[in-house]
Amino acid sequence: MRRILAILLENEAGSLSRIVGLFSQRAFNIESLTVAPTEDASLSRITIVTKGNDKILEQIVKQVNKLIDVIKITDLTERSHVERELLLIKVLAMNEKSRSEVKRITDIFRGSIIDIGKQIYTIELTGDVEKINAFIQVLANETEIIESVRSGCVGIARGDKALSVK
Amino acid sequence: MTQAQYSGAELVVKTLSALKVKYLFGYPGGTVLDIYDALFQQADVEHILVRHEQAATHMADGFARATGEVGVVLATSGPGATNCITGIATAYMDSIPMVVLSGQVPTGLIGDDAFQETDIVGCSRPIVKHSFNCRRVVDIPNTLAKAFYIASTGRPGPVVIELPKDILMPQNKRAAFKFDPEVTMRSYNPTVKGHHRQIKKAVNTISQAKRLVIYSGGGVIIASAAELLTELVEKLNAPVTNTLMGLGGVSGLHDNFIGMLGMHGSLEANKAMANADVILALGARFDDRVTNNVNKFCPNATIVHVDIDPTSISKTINAHIPVVGLVDVVIKQLLNELEQQEFTPNPADNQNWWQQIEQWRAVKSVSYQQDDGKIKPQRVIEAMYQITQGEAYVCSDVGQHQMFAAQYYPFAKPRQWINSGGLGTMGFGLPAAMGVKLAFPDSHVICITGDGSIQMNIQELSTCLQYNLPVVIISLNNRSLGMVRQWQDMVYGGRHSSSYMESLPDFVKLAESYGHVGIQINTLDELDDKLQQAFAIKNRLVFVDVLVDENEHVYPMQIRTGAVDDMWIKKGVKA
Repeated sequence: MRRILAILLENEAGSLSRIVGLFSQRAFNIESLTVAPTEDASLSRITIVTKGNDKILEQIVKQVNKLIDVIKITDLTERSHVERELLLIKVLAMNEKSRSEVKRITDIFRGSIIDIGKQIYTIELTGDVEKINAFIQVLANETEIIESVRSGCVGIARGDKALSVK
Repeated sequence: MTQAQYSGAELVVKTLSALKVKYLFGYPGGTVLDIYDALFQQADVEHILVRHEQAATHMADGFARATGEVGVVLATSGPGATNCITGIATAYMDSIPMVVLSGQVPTGLIGDDAFQETDIVGCSRPIVKHSFNCRRVVDIPNTLAKAFYIASTGRPGPVVIELPKDILMPQNKRAAFKFDPEVTMRSYNPTVKGHHRQIKKAVNTISQAKRLVIYSGGGVIIASAAELLTELVEKLNAPVTNTLMGLGGVSGLHDNFIGMLGMHGSLEANKAMANADVILALGARFDDRVTNNVNKFCPNATIVHVDIDPTSISKTINAHIPVVGLVDVVIKQLLNELEQQEFTPNPADNQNWWQQIEQWRAVKSVSYQQDDGKIKPQRVIEAMYQITQGEAYVCSDVGQHQMFAAQYYPFAKPRQWINSGGLGTMGFGLPAAMGVKLAFPDSHVICITGDGSIQMNIQELSTCLQYNLPVVIISLNNRSLGMVRQWQDMVYGGRHSSSYMESLPDFVKLAESYGHVGIQINTLDELDDKLQQAFAIKNRLVFVDVLVDENEHVYPMQIRTGAVDDMWIKKGVKA
């Protein structure tokens, strides 16, 4: 089962490598990983998308918690949450027909064209994983994808629940 | 008045001294020469010069296991640091408090593949509890204090600190000696007490058990909870089995002790586990050398698992009632709760259970046959036990001798039995024994070893002479890698691939060349006398080379892929 883990940890040298090392050392899966400092520069927040049954997930959460740098870890998928991923994608837009079709698809998905080359459009799209996958699929049917980059998933709990030092 | 300013190297030594470190085990080299210079100019911290950094880590480890204090290692960058890896991994697997100070090339050269540069923090990452890249002189005292705090609290373990040369040098930046012995960390607050609801649940389950077994491990030793464990065992009148790491957690002579469990455990211990309705696991982690096939492990037992480390709970075997906390504190909580419930064991159930256990005990699964004139390795351990009256520190290497010692030397007290249980590090025994002897110079300290293991750190005989560490080395010499050979006999059709040691040195002469006493024992009739002689020599190291039966196997032994109690009792005989 797909899980989104949010980790709050000390923003120190080596913190990220401990997380990544732990996952490879114990053969846990990483589908995506994003990391950045929070508004408090002494803290980093990592979002990891992983797969596993309840037993594996229990071990992942415990093992991550055991790392000295880690302040908190939570499984966002346990309850109501919002997840987003950013896609930047370059597609071929050679002629009038293909340009207008790419523009139309982008509008439908509420993305935006952020740069234009001689024959290439660069598009930005935010959404959950399914939306991004669908968008890429539709574009691929219409034109040629030249390059794409995905940020990996970030997530946050809905409502009053918050991940903080406290 | 301005505060006195110190170099980084001086701060390292001053902090060690403030942390009451008596011994530092290490080996000098380029990046740590400033620390060695600072050590030279003080008398609080004594440096012990080993002959190989691996031995420094095992020596610090042995010291830590015997005393409960943090063992401290100093190594230079590059090869000095990488030589520590096996020792760090050994300490990690057995939860031993250790701090390793490693030199590093100057900050400006890090990443340039400078001479003797290794990313030791990176290399050691999977085998440390935590590590620090110390980069500023002012950070040195508090980084060390944090490292000691982390190493010694919660589930103990090794901590590595990397110190680049430029922050150590006296000609560079200096700082005042400011140091907070009270460490607080927002990201690290190990649990102490068990949750009261879990304690209640645990006691309710335990008190209703008809066939209870207490399965205790290294956590009981580390937490100094042996007396409390004994009290609990007696209160419940329960059978108690120890893991390899937990031996001495309850006296090996106690009536309720049913022996070690697991791969080479006693039949009664493994049978009791398999037939238990409730298993109370205390500071043990259901290691694969205990459980055998996890899918067949004690299917009918309710498992109460007490451990300081939540990751150990339900990792291999699902715990029905998990209790996270320090094992000494939790045992006290259990005892209080039992007291409040005015618990006494149900006499009929308790008697039935013990009657059953006595039947398994009667098999005498831990026994051997003295059928010819050859010296049986088990017999050597028994003699060793008699002569030392069971009071020696027994530091073991890894292999058959380790299992024989675990089986045939009943340990009355915790911390008497010192071995590499988790990692199984050959070469651990001698340096570990040296660390113990340093801590307890007036006690018998034995290194029980074999002709394979002893050669993995034999260079330390030189260190023993330099620091006058008269340990008694008893090598069960079977001219082969016995445990490997046993597996080859049992599983690989008797093909002894690379398990022979065809070019053994003359260990007596070798010991003598290092300035020690060497004794060889060839025949059974001279065994007791010569061993007596060896132990009578108090002020010199004695290397006893005992030529034992090379065909002896360790029994009993769990049958691979079987349940916990599927065992070979002896060659070709199943339980």
